[in-house]
Amino acid sequence: MGNMKLTLKIWRQADAKAKGAMVDYQVSDISEDMSFLEMLDVLNDRLVREGQEPIAFDHDCREGICGACSLFIDGRPHGPSRHITTCQLHMRKFKDGDVIHVEPWRAGAFPVIKDLVVDRGAFDRIQAAGGFVSVNTMGNLVDANAQPIPKLDSDKAFDAAACIGCGACVAACPNSSAMLFVAAKVSQYALLPQGRPEAKTRALNMVEQMDTEGFGNCTNIGACEIECPKDISLENIARLNREYLGAELSKE
Amino acid sequence: MARQGLFGSSLIKKYWMALTGLFLISFLVAHAGINAMIFFNDGGVTFNEWAHFMGTNLIIRTMEIVLFAGLILHVVDGLMLWRQNRAARPVDYAFAKHNANSKWYSRSMGILGTLILLFLIIHLWHFWVPSRNIVGSLEPYGSDAAGRENLFALMIEVFSNPVVVIVYVLGCFSLFWHLLHGFKSAFQSLGLNHRKYNGFIAFCGAAFSIIVPVLFAAMPVSMYLGWIK
Repeated sequence: MGNMKLTLKIWRQADAKAKGAMVDYQVSDISEDMSFLEMLDVLNDRLVREGQEPIAFDHDCREGICGACSLFIDGRPHGPSRHITTCQLHMRKFKDGDVIHVEPWRAGAFPVIKDLVVDRGAFDRIQAAGGFVSVNTMGNLVDANAQPIPKLDSDKAFDAAACIGCGACVAACPNSSAMLFVAAKVSQYALLPQGRPEAKTRALNMVEQMDTEGFGNCTNIGACEIECPKDISLENIARLNREYLGAELSKE
Repeated sequence: MARQGLFGSSLIKKYWMALTGLFLISFLVAHAGINAMIFFNDGGVTFNEWAHFMGTNLIIRTMEIVLFAGLILHVVDGLMLWRQNRAARPVDYAFAKHNANSKWYSRSMGILGTLILLFLIIHLWHFWVPSRNIVGSLEPYGSDAAGRENLFALMIEVFSNPVVVIVYVLGCFSLFWHLLHGFKSAFQSLGLNHRKYNGFIAFCGAAFSIIVPVLFAAMPVSMYLGWIK
């Protein structure tokens, strides 16, 4: 066991309708080798033993690839380190005696379900509005590698597809804009020949769904790009701006 | 609610913001260029000649209406975006380190724009209103050495007040911060982002944001100090 002592200020909210508040917790014997989520596990273990309600937070793979974990830690999405998710954040990034704020993602489109858990269903609905390619699975499938694709395009599509949909971009943005997410999802198809037939409707429908969900507008400040655990570039937002402009001007 | 129409979607609002912003930037070039004629220090003769042309030419007068329309569009569109963006986060963070991931001025375009608008109202009242004979006129200032109406003399008079000079310099600071984000942001909104040219756009944006406000601020300051008379 380690010997770090920390003061945590954590958002507690009983359910979606309840009024939440920041609650102080003291934790001790924290090892610098623990991940941030393991540190919360230690706290929850104690809360359960004391007969208190444990703190609800999202997590799944704890390998930084699933996009389940979130948390606005010490004033930043996924905490102070760049290009990692909360599960990959380790307590060595903090000092003994630190006071750490832990809050849920804040956006009207991401309502709090309980404590630190928010409903990110808005992302699923945006994805369902056009984030796919329609493939005829009846009969002869064409080999994916039969189509020549420039290396640079395939690299950029792959970089965009690295988005895990965690919502850090929305959490970082003062406008709660989902543009980086939508841009990544549009780009990963827009760059590939398989994505072109549906490119126009994809851009139009995904942006419409994004607006309908109540996300804010992009003001190009770039906070999302800095906080994205997968380093999704603002280049993708410019690509979405081009895709949408072309689609809007030429739609019939 | 889905947003549709000419100002419908979030992206269409951003295209309008970028297009009107770049249009207003083009106006700044003309405005700063013509006003810089006072630096010939010839008692305002060259400047008044240009001011006369700008005030009487039919194309320029028509563009003046387009300019006001562009400005109003930029302001109204900006307010709509601001309102939607505030509504998108009903509960704010108790503790947020915004400076860790973005510049303060890029997050403050609304307030900087409001300061510029307030300055603009004062500025129009000082010069545009009398020179278009809406309230008052240029008549009390007589004519210059070339026999033209003397807008230059009005400038000298307005900028003899130190409070006015300070207000104008502060207005130029607001413009500087607004342009520093706005110039390159307009290109991004229109989708003009390419590794090869991003550096050039950022450099032009920074250079423009410095040169134009400095040139503007130099006018009231140099007149107040008596360097231009």
